[in-house]
Amino acid sequence: MYGKRLPIVDTGAVVGAGQPGQREKPATFEYLTTRKDELVGWARKFSLFPYPFVTACCAMEFMAVSASQYDTDRFGAALPRFSPRQADLLMVVGTVTQKQAPILLKVYEQMCEPKWVMAFGVCASTGGFYQNYASLPGIDRIIPVDIYVPGCPPRPEMVIDGITRLQEKIANGRHPIINERF
Amino acid sequence: MTAPLFDRLREQLSPGEAGQEGQPDAATPVVCRGVQHGVLVFALTPDRLLPVARRLRDEFGFDLFLDVTAVDWPGQALRFEVVHHFYSTTDKVRVRLKMRVAEQDPTVDSLTALYGAAGYMERECHDMYGIVFRGNPDLRPILLYEGFVGHPLRKDYPKQKEQPLVPYLPPQGALVR
Repeated sequence: MYGKRLPIVDTGAVVGAGQPGQREKPATFEYLTTRKDELVGWARKFSLFPYPFVTACCAMEFMAVSASQYDTDRFGAALPRFSPRQADLLMVVGTVTQKQAPILLKVYEQMCEPKWVMAFGVCASTGGFYQNYASLPGIDRIIPVDIYVPGCPPRPEMVIDGITRLQEKIANGRHPIINERF
Repeated sequence: MTAPLFDRLREQLSPGEAGQEGQPDAATPVVCRGVQHGVLVFALTPDRLLPVARRLRDEFGFDLFLDVTAVDWPGQALRFEVVHHFYSTTDKVRVRLKMRVAEQDPTVDSLTALYGAAGYMERECHDMYGIVFRGNPDLRPILLYEGFVGHPLRKDYPKQKEQPLVPYLPPQGALVR
């Protein structure tokens, strides 16, 4: 849905303009047609509440991309929630060690559905150059990941591209809260 | 400018010639290896560690315990070399103590009685090399976790061996498009 338009039906009807006792009807937004999945996806993709699981040097880049210069607020992914229960986007920023893996898993399990995971930086994506006793070789070994943003650290443009691609995925995805009662 | 203190240390702790290469033994328990990279180095037998460290602290003003670590020399009879670093905040000089221990009994005395800061560093050294510090009351893992088998900085630990706490999922591909 990213880049597409909701089909807004413009009746264009101006009934009895200027006649006494008649009112002009507004010409737009009388009704629109869409698919339910598309509607919910459109709502969800612009209200991502990220939980920053920040462990290492990528945090500096996360601050840069959150701050005013690059400003993820423009894409609806601005307000970090420091409780996983209030968040729906888990941003794993930095290296995750074997010792930290149970904590990451617990944070992920505490998040309510729907939830998405972004692996921010090459360490979170694959373990990067850490292949040893200490590091987890990519967080997708323990939790499902929706989008990978590699780079050491990734440029802010890459992160923004990742966010927009995740939004695209959300908009095009199925949203199973939609059932026969809605 | 640091020479007078180094000379004093050399005379008091190791009466022999400076810059010796031999290993310390029962006859000469403390051997001075001279000044290396601005640090005065002593090699000593493990039983001399406590008295020498006590003299360094009480007589020579080495009031800051910097580090304890180890070196693994695989294949040698005394496999591990435990290295202590001390610093004097008044004279601004450093002293290094080295001692060799065998693989079968990698035990040295703990310095927690002299320096409180030694506790954490000895725990780390115990994690990474398996050196046992006799007298340290708390040698639980500090950087590693309970259940970790082996000592990762030993040369015979497999480089890429992982001991995950969370069972791994099967590999997944990128889900975007």
